[in-house]
Amino acid sequence: MERIYIFTRFERFWHWTQALLVISMMITGFEIHGSYSLFGFAKAHQIHTIAAWALIILWVFAIFWHFITGEWRQYLPTMKDADKVIRHYAWGIFLGEEHPFVVTRARKHNPLQAQAYLAVKLLINPILWISGLLYLYYNELAALGQHLDLATIALIHTIGAFMMLAFFVAHVYLITTGHTVTAHLKAMITGWEDGEGAHLAKRDQ
Amino acid sequence: MKFRPFGRLAQFGLGNASLLAALLIFGTAFASEPSSFKMDSTADHSKFKELQQSFSSGPELTKVCLGCHTEAAKQVHRTKHWTWDFLNPENQQRLGKKNVINNFCISVPSNLAFCSSCHVGYGWKDASFDFKSEENVDCLACHDTTGSYRKLPGLAGHPPYKDMEVPPGSGKIVKAVDLTKVAQKVGKSSRDTCGACHFFGGGGDGVKHGDMDSSLASPDRDLDVHMDATGLDFTCGTCHKTSSHEVPGSRYTPVGKDQGGAHMRGKEDKSNPATCQACHGQAPHKDGGLAVKLNHHTDKVACQTCHIPEIARGGVATKMTWDWSTAGKLTADGKPIIKKDEKGRVIYDSKKGDFTLGEHVRPEYAWFNGKVTYTLLGDKIDKNEGVTHINKMGGSASDGQSLIWPMKVFRGVQPYDPENKTLVTPHTAGNDDTAYWKNFGWEKAIDAGMKASGAPFSGKVDFIKTDMSWPITHMVAPKEKALGCHECHAKAGRLDAIEGVYIPGRDANSLVNTLGWLAVGGTLAGVLLHGLIRILRRKH
Repeated sequence: MERIYIFTRFERFWHWTQALLVISMMITGFEIHGSYSLFGFAKAHQIHTIAAWALIILWVFAIFWHFITGEWRQYLPTMKDADKVIRHYAWGIFLGEEHPFVVTRARKHNPLQAQAYLAVKLLINPILWISGLLYLYYNELAALGQHLDLATIALIHTIGAFMMLAFFVAHVYLITTGHTVTAHLKAMITGWEDGEGAHLAKRDQ
Repeated sequence: MKFRPFGRLAQFGLGNASLLAALLIFGTAFASEPSSFKMDSTADHSKFKELQQSFSSGPELTKVCLGCHTEAAKQVHRTKHWTWDFLNPENQQRLGKKNVINNFCISVPSNLAFCSSCHVGYGWKDASFDFKSEENVDCLACHDTTGSYRKLPGLAGHPPYKDMEVPPGSGKIVKAVDLTKVAQKVGKSSRDTCGACHFFGGGGDGVKHGDMDSSLASPDRDLDVHMDATGLDFTCGTCHKTSSHEVPGSRYTPVGKDQGGAHMRGKEDKSNPATCQACHGQAPHKDGGLAVKLNHHTDKVACQTCHIPEIARGGVATKMTWDWSTAGKLTADGKPIIKKDEKGRVIYDSKKGDFTLGEHVRPEYAWFNGKVTYTLLGDKIDKNEGVTHINKMGGSASDGQSLIWPMKVFRGVQPYDPENKTLVTPHTAGNDDTAYWKNFGWEKAIDAGMKASGAPFSGKVDFIKTDMSWPITHMVAPKEKALGCHECHAKAGRLDAIEGVYIPGRDANSLVNTLGWLAVGGTLAGVLLHGLIRILRRKH
């Protein structure tokens, strides 16, 4: 069986820590939003704030890692073979066809994946971060003479949260679409993508 | 050499227990040595020759007080406690007890001999009272420390100088006051002296305020963290820091939003608000992970909103409603009726109508900037408007001067003049042929009352719904009993009716919510459908 090491230890640590933090922030965030009652507002607010700072620290490291290792290039958007990927998810997957995308060390994500992750990094995360920090510090900003409308800040933060939740749902489903149901999950746990046939390409480009 | 104080101490061992015992005994003896002089004042009034005599009346005693306290009466003359008259400098409304109308016992002028049992003076029974008289100032109302000084309604501000049966025919005797004893023991004002009137506002214990009643005479920590009799033991004057007999803290011109810091000893500062911020400043929360976020609230939420979760917590009920329109029902043989609830509290009295009472009452909440506008005698009122506000509380989210305050909103139904469209000032108390409480006739009572107030009366009587708001500030609970976040940060929470501020947990944009859940639900439905087809195809 062919194997390829695509997720380094740091990458896996980053992914799973981020997953834990984002999930807990979604659970507590929608409670703060008033969607349900679980921990109680005070506890939810506390967890949400602590998780926010943990995530920010994690991201500082992750951004540093992406630039040092050059891994940021993984997310460069491309339309190459995107049509084939779309056709696969819309049709080929039901016929048991092989995934048309060839995973390499230099290109771990198929074009749709890469664009989705880029959207998370450049759209959803910044929306949540900026509005979230303003949410935390709007009193201090007001003291400095910058009077922002909390309702607007909250509105933007909520839009970001819904986008994140929708991404999360799709993401969790799409990891089951590897050559076996658990292949992608295994790869993110062990680092090794394994399998048969053309979807792996060992050669680094 | 190492310094080992406790090691050295240990070497003494049990052999030196006797020395320790001797030390303890000496210490105890030293501590319990009776002091031969007072520490709480530089004067022991019982030693003054001038006070070692009997007094036949209050004014006679006051003259003696003024012999030393030469400026006291002149100071008192300047205060609302004396004048019952106050010109609101902000809106030029003529306020003060003798002018305002409320929806409890309604008004003062024609009932002075009764109302003035809470006046810091002697003899105010009608408009002829001499407000320049120094000897008519009642020092003892505020400076009694014996608890035996009591002014009775109907005596125009005098205490009983001889034994009296109150009420007449009841067989209950109120003893004559011993002015000499009270005079020899005068001291600073106390919760008891302030409370003698302020606990009983509205005609009985706890009736009016809800956050002030006789339970505050000796409260525990749960009831009032500052006044806690076995703890901080504040008196009223600790916060209402009085100078030259001028007591700060006004219900006519309250401080809605104190933006100053904590007051510092010796610092030049002309303001003297009786506010929480005067001691606690603007960032009062110091400990715990939530401190910063809690301090963020102080620009929008009054301290009292979270720290006084309920009023009337001390076991004394406060009146919540009063319907004067049902007053005057009599038995078949013409006797007034009193009805009580299962706890023995009066809920109907022929003299006054129907009441409802409440304990552990959750306040209502409103933006409040300290500006109060009264509906005064002569102001036009309209029954079609639903409820007439006896006092309108100013404030909004946007004026920069308001905080969200807890209020006791007292709702009533009271007589008014439907022709002149004004409130009226009935003559209620008195042993004459117009007083409502004796004769049960509104027309005569209002006619007499309006004459005393110098206001026109058409002769017609109808009843109108009124409400009156009382900002809540006393009965501060300990911090562990303060409101939790969820009390307001929730749908249908305590601040449900508050407008102009975004409250996370309460507020949300319904369009964003709808679209958001549609997007999430659509994504979920999409992937489930996709997965289902995969399972059905059984290929992948």
